[in-house]
Amino acid sequence: MFTSLIRITKSGCLSFWRNKWLSVATIIVMSLAIFGITNLLLVNVLIESLITNLEDKIDISVYFNLGTSEEQILATRDNLIGLSQVKSVEYISNEEALNNFKEKHQDNQVLMQSLQELETNPLEAALNIKAQITSQYESIVNFLEKEEYQEIIDKVNYQENRSIIIRLSSITTTIRQVGFIILSILAILAILVTFNTIRLTIYSSRKEIKVMKLVGASNWFVRGPFVVEGTLYGIVAVVLTLAVIYPLLWYLSPKITTYLPGTDLFYFFQTNFITLLLMQLAIGILMGTVSSLIAVRRYLDA
Amino acid sequence: MIVFKKVSKIYLPNCQALDNINLSINDKEFVSIAGRSGAGKSTLIKLLIKEDFPTKGKIFWGKQDIGAIRDRDLPIWRRQIGMIFQDFRLLPNKTAYENIAFAMEVSDWTKQEIERDVPQLLKLVNLLDRADHFPNQLSGGEQQRIAIARALAHRPDILVADEPTGNLDLLHTWEIIRLLIKINELGTTVVLSTHDRDIINGLDKRVVTIEKGKIIKDDENGKYILF
Repeated sequence: MFTSLIRITKSGCLSFWRNKWLSVATIIVMSLAIFGITNLLLVNVLIESLITNLEDKIDISVYFNLGTSEEQILATRDNLIGLSQVKSVEYISNEEALNNFKEKHQDNQVLMQSLQELETNPLEAALNIKAQITSQYESIVNFLEKEEYQEIIDKVNYQENRSIIIRLSSITTTIRQVGFIILSILAILAILVTFNTIRLTIYSSRKEIKVMKLVGASNWFVRGPFVVEGTLYGIVAVVLTLAVIYPLLWYLSPKITTYLPGTDLFYFFQTNFITLLLMQLAIGILMGTVSSLIAVRRYLDA
Repeated sequence: MIVFKKVSKIYLPNCQALDNINLSINDKEFVSIAGRSGAGKSTLIKLLIKEDFPTKGKIFWGKQDIGAIRDRDLPIWRRQIGMIFQDFRLLPNKTAYENIAFAMEVSDWTKQEIERDVPQLLKLVNLLDRADHFPNQLSGGEQQRIAIARALAHRPDILVADEPTGNLDLLHTWEIIRLLIKINELGTTVVLSTHDRDIINGLDKRVVTIEKGKIIKDDENGKYILF
């Protein structure tokens, strides 16, 4: 049993080496497939970070009546933070609001002058609320419509933002779904191409398979070397893919970061290197062995 | 002893390849199966090595009914017969040495036994100096000799040769035939199928002549009678 295993492995490695050109061709196709699948994964990371960026821009502001005490506002904030839907609440006092306003409009003489005419601060204190998911804003607004808040809240800008929020929410959902479908189709395509390539490789050995059987080789003795070869294809293909992807990401990642701030693909790649490597190896070895097993089966009954 | 009992083979839809064949081959015998192309020689041999099965009748090897061998025991049966073919059927990616060693590896021979026997077999077919050559670096006659060495590697009781000289010139043909005679003299049953008149006439051994799927003549020290 053990001797057979060694003989099969040796035979597989030898055949891998002697069929150099066929091996190289198969490995290249397989590398392309693994490269493709890895890239699809990275694109998925990009889409996710794009959506997160987009969603991060959405918030609703609650404006409090002038003269509402800071304690009341802070109490409201604490209640809001207690809600599971709420991701963050930012408090902006009326002084801060005034400063922000001044900063924003410092070039507008008319506005600045009219502001100076006023004795008091006309700007209301506010809470900027961000929800975990865009669809949760509705329920947060419902919470704020309770009796106890009616007296202190002047207005919630949700109604104005509502249509935008709903639009964005549906856009992000669609991007996720369409992205998933496209990525899945491409991944399946890559797997099928690899399977077919390995099938052709084995098709070229169909006569040998018959001869092996005639000489008295058991099915596993025939199948084994092909499976070993398939596994080798997978491993070499992964190494080749990494050798291409690593420098490529190192070069491209800063450029992507300029378009999508907060996204560092190279960093993602480095931190998840082990996971990615294991995933690629799993894909490579699985594709190699399973394709070989299926492909040899056709020529075994003799 | 090999016995064919009322064996018929019909290839669908209506090609009668073998018709009620009764034949026994004794141990250590040298039997030639003669006949034109399409007479049924190859079918007879395919049934013997269980590459195909008879439509009717049974084939026995000693007490073993060959038809009753299960698929997973087939390799074990195949290791008891050696086979050579018109087209040699060597493994193109293995050297002469490895081709012979392969036949022993599949039957679980140890490394020591393989290292001891393969050079002996190469010597028997007089190709020790070509051990590291691949089949495409050998001539037709040399390839067939390697194939014979491989067929003998697991020390079979029977050697089945299906038109082994069909692709060879006259000189190499007799080289192969002499080798088969030598193997037979060493104690192996040889079943040789051929349509070559000169071989049959030169052998002076038992000849079974097949025509249209039937045995028409079975003669000790026979001659080629077809035209």
